[in-house]
Amino acid sequence: MIPLSLSEAQTPTVTTQAPDLDYGLLSPLLVVFAVGVLGVLVEAFVSPQRRRITQLVLALLGIGAAFVLTVVQVGALPAEGAGLTVAFATLVVDRPALFFQGVILVLALVSLLLIAEDRDGEGAFTAQAAAVPGSEEERAHILAGTRHTEVYPLVMFAVLGMQLFTAANDFLTMFIALEVMSLPLYLLCGLARRRRLFSQEAALKYFILGAFSSAFFLFGIAMVYGYAGSVNFADINRAGSEGGLIEGGGPLLLAGIALVGVGLLFKVGTVPFHNWKPDVYQGAPTPVTALMASGTLVAAFGALLRVFYVAFGASVEQWRPMLWVVAILTMVVAAVIAVTQRDIKRLLAYSSVVHAGFILTAVVAASADGLAGAMFYLAAYGFTTVGAFAVVTLVRNPEGGAEAGDLTQWAGLGRTSPLLAASLGLFLLAFAGIPLTSGFIGKFAVFEAAVAAGATPLVVVGVLSSAVTAFFYVRIIVLMFFAEPAENAPRVLRPGALTGTVVGVGVAATLLLGVFPGPVLDNLVPQPEETTAAEGTVPEALFMR
Amino acid sequence: MDPMNYIVLAAIVFTIGAVGVLVRRNAIIVFMCVELMLNACNLAFVAFSRMHGGIEGQVIAFFVMVVAAAEVVVGLAIIMQIFRTRRSASIDDANLLKN
Repeated sequence: MIPLSLSEAQTPTVTTQAPDLDYGLLSPLLVVFAVGVLGVLVEAFVSPQRRRITQLVLALLGIGAAFVLTVVQVGALPAEGAGLTVAFATLVVDRPALFFQGVILVLALVSLLLIAEDRDGEGAFTAQAAAVPGSEEERAHILAGTRHTEVYPLVMFAVLGMQLFTAANDFLTMFIALEVMSLPLYLLCGLARRRRLFSQEAALKYFILGAFSSAFFLFGIAMVYGYAGSVNFADINRAGSEGGLIEGGGPLLLAGIALVGVGLLFKVGTVPFHNWKPDVYQGAPTPVTALMASGTLVAAFGALLRVFYVAFGASVEQWRPMLWVVAILTMVVAAVIAVTQRDIKRLLAYSSVVHAGFILTAVVAASADGLAGAMFYLAAYGFTTVGAFAVVTLVRNPEGGAEAGDLTQWAGLGRTSPLLAASLGLFLLAFAGIPLTSGFIGKFAVFEAAVAAGATPLVVVGVLSSAVTAFFYVRIIVLMFFAEPAENAPRVLRPGALTGTVVGVGVAATLLLGVFPGPVLDNLVPQPEETTAAEGTVPEALFMR
Repeated sequence: MDPMNYIVLAAIVFTIGAVGVLVRRNAIIVFMCVELMLNACNLAFVAFSRMHGGIEGQVIAFFVMVVAAAEVVVGLAIIMQIFRTRRSASIDDANLLKN
């Protein structure tokens, strides 16, 4: 007989309780995910003629509903503390996360309108991605009018990844979110209708470099896990202030911060990790570029802020010098290269790199003001850039119907299409940071935060870089309004209801945030008395931990 | 055996993968080098998991495998598409987007 030596108390108990999830708090994510899955089912069961309209209605409703649910959650945030954690503390619901998610959803909604724009059966996307460009097969598909309506579920999954990216509370969730966001975007980049070789090349470059950078991100996570024994941001922060699990593990943490930083800065697109941006922005279908330039940038900065402010919040002295160098390099190098660009989409890409440098100056501040400045800047820049890319979709070559990217062709556009040129002019002035536009308020907010944190040299570089970039924005405006129209003048399409709305939203947001920034700017972070912190650490009240 | 040796091995494998991405020109081989880097990460996670006596690192390794599989699907689709167009999988031939 076997002796029952183990008493009941000693028996290891394995609990198989079902996880207790707060579905109410997860609902904005779940809605977007459900619509993505439904979209895949639509591809299988709905007839080709009705697919596009079904997908579009589903996607717009889904993103709209997710936005409403996000806004409802802002009202339901607890008065005490920064927010709540959901799903075993893998996700957070706090002010920055909800703000970024709300902005991402609106930007995605606006980009969806551009993606859905369809002129005489010709959208921005190829009829059949699997057909070789220029082949008989491709011509047959174009004649038959086939479409890739899979674009809509892909966009939904990318948006889900962006939402998750800003709300992740541990590195595993953040890594999964990064991939959920990136994989659909790699595919979307390769689906342009015209200049398909460029488009395929953009997809290949984005994919290879994206996979390369996410490997660095992952190795950085492994190092941080080795140091702290956990991938949860709050635990890593505690380990950072109290010392890690491994004797003499300081170098592990430092390597982790650097490698995780490389992964995030690649997604943000700062020098020296910016090489993919001009190529991908130019090659991808312009509506997808609009989504990447706005939504992905907001999501990447949301994640970057959370990682550096929460997980590495006790190691500010370790990461600050690294971000200083990257910010200065970005603002100087990208501004100089941008001046030499001849293509409008490449120019907007380099402009996006420079703006990422400006926002980094706010990240370096590691303060409540820095966070608020970065949040405002991202929202303002997102709307302006979507509007600018919407304008780009309207200016086409006189023959063939491809977009007229060459800047020399844009000469005299202010005379032939004054409204279009005026909208683009406004967007460019906002990029340059001229007063009464949202760009000015955003720049003022980030530079003010950087000066308050003692990063004055960074701000000096920033202002000089602004001056250089203002030069080429103004040059385009002068070209459009004061030069004679070029010989190969482009054909300007009449904006349909969809593209017209996008440009309108861009103009409205740029002006409103520029003239009345107060209501937004004052409510981004909790009041100052809660947000003071010791030197070298980030205030605790800003984020839920 | 000291688990730290496995961390050193992971770092070496990761470096081999990274150098491979930078010097090889065939898109498929570049892609395989990226997978090598992900597997080096997995080795590091499992070794650290052993050192800390928890299972979190091993769970992460499973997630990374799934993500790597998803990445293969997307990556091979893109490489196949460009190969059919150009009859070449060299990433040096894909250079239309240079200024």
